[in-house]
Amino acid sequence: MLGSRPTFEPTGPLQDRWKKHLFDLSLIAPQNRAKHKIIVVGTGLAGASLSATLGEMGYQVSSFCFQDSPRRAHSIAAQGGINAAKNYRNDGDSVWRLFYDTIKGGDFRARESNVYRLAELSVNIIDQAVAQGVPFAREYSGYLANRSFGGAQVSRTFYARGQTGQQLLLGAYQAMSTQIAKGGVSHHSRSEMLEIIKVDGRARGIVVRDLVSGKISAHTADCVVLCTGGYGNAFYLSTNAKGCNASATWRAHKHGAYFANPSFTQIHPTCIPQSGEAQSKLTLMSESLRNDGRIWAPKNIKDCERDPSTIKEGERDYFLERLYPAFANLVPRDIASRAVKNICDEGRGVGAKIHGQCRGVYLDFADAIKRLGERAIREKYGNLFEMYQRITGDNPYRMPMKIYPAVHYTMGGLWVDYNLMTTIDGLFAGGEANFSDHGANRLGASALMQGLADGYFILPQTVANYLAKEEFDNIDKHSAVSEGLSRAKQRLNALQNAPKPKHSPDYFHQKLGFILWESCGMSREKAKLRQAVKEIKDLKNEFWHSVKVTGIDKEMNQTLERAGRVADFIELGHLMCVDALDREESCGCHARVEHLSKAGEAQRNDEDYAYVSSWESQDGGFILHKEFLSFEFIQPTIRNYR
Amino acid sequence: MNFILHIWRQENPQDAGGFKTYTLDNVAADSSFLEMLDQLNEQLIQAGETAIVFDYDCREGICGACSLVINGYVHGKQQRTTTCQLYMREYADEKELWIEPWRASAFPVVQDLTVDRTAFDRIIQAGGFVEVSTGSAPEANTLLVDKHSADEAFNSATCIGCGACVAVCPNASASLFVAAKVGHLSYLPQGAITAKDRALKMTRAMFKEGFGVCSNHRHCQTQCPKSISVSNIALMNKLLSWS
Ligand SMILES: Cc1cc2nc3c(=O)[nH]c(=O)nc-3n(C[C@H](O)[C@H](O)[C@H](O)COP(=O)(O)OP(=O)(O)OC[C@H]3O[C@@H](n4cnc5c(N)ncnc54)[C@H](O)[C@@H]3O)c2cc1C
Ligand code: FES
Repeated sequence: MLGSRPTFEPTGPLQDRWKKHLFDLSLIAPQNRAKHKIIVVGTGLAGASLSATLGEMGYQVSSFCFQDSPRRAHSIAAQGGINAAKNYRNDGDSVWRLFYDTIKGGDFRARESNVYRLAELSVNIIDQAVAQGVPFAREYSGYLANRSFGGAQVSRTFYARGQTGQQLLLGAYQAMSTQIAKGGVSHHSRSEMLEIIKVDGRARGIVVRDLVSGKISAHTADCVVLCTGGYGNAFYLSTNAKGCNASATWRAHKHGAYFANPSFTQIHPTCIPQSGEAQSKLTLMSESLRNDGRIWAPKNIKDCERDPSTIKEGERDYFLERLYPAFANLVPRDIASRAVKNICDEGRGVGAKIHGQCRGVYLDFADAIKRLGERAIREKYGNLFEMYQRITGDNPYRMPMKIYPAVHYTMGGLWVDYNLMTTIDGLFAGGEANFSDHGANRLGASALMQGLADGYFILPQTVANYLAKEEFDNIDKHSAVSEGLSRAKQRLNALQNAPKPKHSPDYFHQKLGFILWESCGMSREKAKLRQAVKEIKDLKNEFWHSVKVTGIDKEMNQTLERAGRVADFIELGHLMCVDALDREESCGCHARVEHLSKAGEAQRNDEDYAYVSSWESQDGGFILHKEFLSFEFIQPTIRNYR
Repeated sequence: MNFILHIWRQENPQDAGGFKTYTLDNVAADSSFLEMLDQLNEQLIQAGETAIVFDYDCREGICGACSLVINGYVHGKQQRTTTCQLYMREYADEKELWIEPWRASAFPVVQDLTVDRTAFDRIIQAGGFVEVSTGSAPEANTLLVDKHSADEAFNSATCIGCGACVAVCPNASASLFVAAKVGHLSYLPQGAITAKDRALKMTRAMFKEGFGVCSNHRHCQTQCPKSISVSNIALMNKLLSWS
């Protein structure tokens, strides 16, 4: 329960819950489906798979994305792979194990019923994708290949070289294209959702800006689904695509949708360090590099500027191997990231100085090359090495790579019940936009799985159930529509007419990113978070007072688009810090300095904090609602990687 | 580094458009090409001018959004590279840069450096898919695919739909784009059943959108950031001659 709001989680044996729930859901007969209109915002894995499926079932679907084509959604960039409990390798994998790993990986901050359903559906996703022609890697025998990913002890990850996200998204995009051609889906590219339209407490439409003409229009429907991705870009620099934003979910939040676990943001250890303060985004280097590369930093600060090849073995600190002898360079993402940060905070970082600190450590392949030969390394990592060289200009076969952690994924998102409906009736959220399955930390190769489970298999059923139970009248003339339009226009107007225009939207975004990274990043502490809340409030005032947007709103204006997104990130950033302050424990990605053991391990507090923090916006402040989690099937244990 | 930049500015599809010249100083060698444009835009905003519009999203060479012609080269002079993956150190020897949008009548300029590539979406809608209802798929490993075909399919499937092949083609043909999808799906048993039909429908859609016919220059293959091979076009032609 979330307060008095049920989560609609079924009860009984875990294995039967989703089946039982499916049977209990109401259906809509095929001949009645065309009477229902559904809005799907977003065309990433979650949105595209949902639009394709709903269109095929016979509903009228309107879909939206801000890029110039649905195929360019951020999901396209996922590299590593997608998990599924097929147990093709006969290495002891099962739906239960995937469920177990996901709950444990999430540090016991996710719902058991949801996670089990995800693990169950994972196998259907692979079948679906293969039938669509997704070219997964295969063995010589013709069977699908698998690998172990992100420290998993079983090989359950399916992949298409380093472009799994691209291939899965093209599969979903093509399925959606089939429906566009048939007329079931009408799609709107270069369109940004600005507002949600609510009538009698139910979501009934959205306000959209056509990013080419600047025209603002209202779209109404029987319900709305947001598949608009994560908010990692609140930090300004992240591995997300530049356009990723939180506006759709944040606008919904402002109108009553609770935002869950906003401070749960994942930081990935192996990214290419920032080269300068003008950098616009960070690039992820696959985690697989840690299988053969050794991470080190100089023991002495004075060696940090030396050519690494002249630094002798005895002068190097292979700190992950030293601190975590059992897992060494393969410790989970959050632990590796924090260790790297600590080294750099001690002043032992290498590479470019950013805000007065060198932020990088070495990832060295010299030993692996000596052991396996350059050819073997080239075969395994050739494309990654090439990418690194292209970006940095350094040759990693000769010189150790430099890496530094970067924001990568957001586990938090709109609160949803078991039907993936938010606290606004008729407003659903899927994919990274919801908070549902990853708890305080997401396992590698699980986001693609979740997006597609939501879009292909869960939402089509739960949305139908909602439609079957409700009555809908035409609202095109309702005052809520004109109010939504004028809210959107007023806001655009305010963005373009600040009293003392002085700084571009990016200026504010960079400032926000810096505050969040320092206080709500890899390690968090009370005093800094409090300070950050204050700074963000000031930043918000400064923003509305002096943001400078040039150009006009009746044409393409990327400065205006950014301004709107930054305004939302500022408010969300505030809530992220408030949430991190509330959670007086460490769990998963959330490391509160006050709650780390001497050895630096996260100290969870299940007694007081085994809840999903779910925030409501009211009068510029936030009210916390707790959904207490109970673990019937897996006893919470303490992670220990030493 | 300091640059003189000649950048195509065009208010809308009807406007004739033209180059406008800007100077930009203190560009870091480690900046990406798009970061250099960001820097220019910041300068323009400071000066109260309208920022230059250009497409981008992932900035790591996979989404296919970025699309600039630099000094006459589609995606810049480096091969196997999208515009967003270019770094300014590659331009250390240059002082002046001419930056333009893709040029093809089927890709009308929307504004400044952005073009309308929705024709590509419509070509896919015409047949670039395998139709399979959600939930009806058989167990994945009941369908075996020999590794060679799977690899070939993958190579063709890496097309990012950026449109560089059209922009570089003297005939503004979209043959490489179409053939990449035709190739991807017909190498696989799932897509082979409808291969001829797909090739025909997609080719028709391509002509309907106003793209030209392949004229065998093969610039597309050279300039494709994903090195999609023209052998896909041969395969497509074979399918077309059968249908
Ligand atoms: C570099 C990188 C590598 C990754 N690798 C992996 C991996 O190997 N395995 C894995 O499982 N996960 C991986 N992830 C995570 C995974 O890619 C994402 O979590 C997932 O793809 C998100 O999918 P989505 O459908 O929820 O949203 P997205 O793909 O982000 O799509 C969002 C959609 O919403 C639209 N949208 C957003 N806001 C608006 C608005 N206001 N109006 C209109 N439209 C809007 C966008 O246009 C887009 O279509 C990776 C992430 C990154 C950054
Ligand atoms: S911005 Fe995505 S490919 Fe260049």
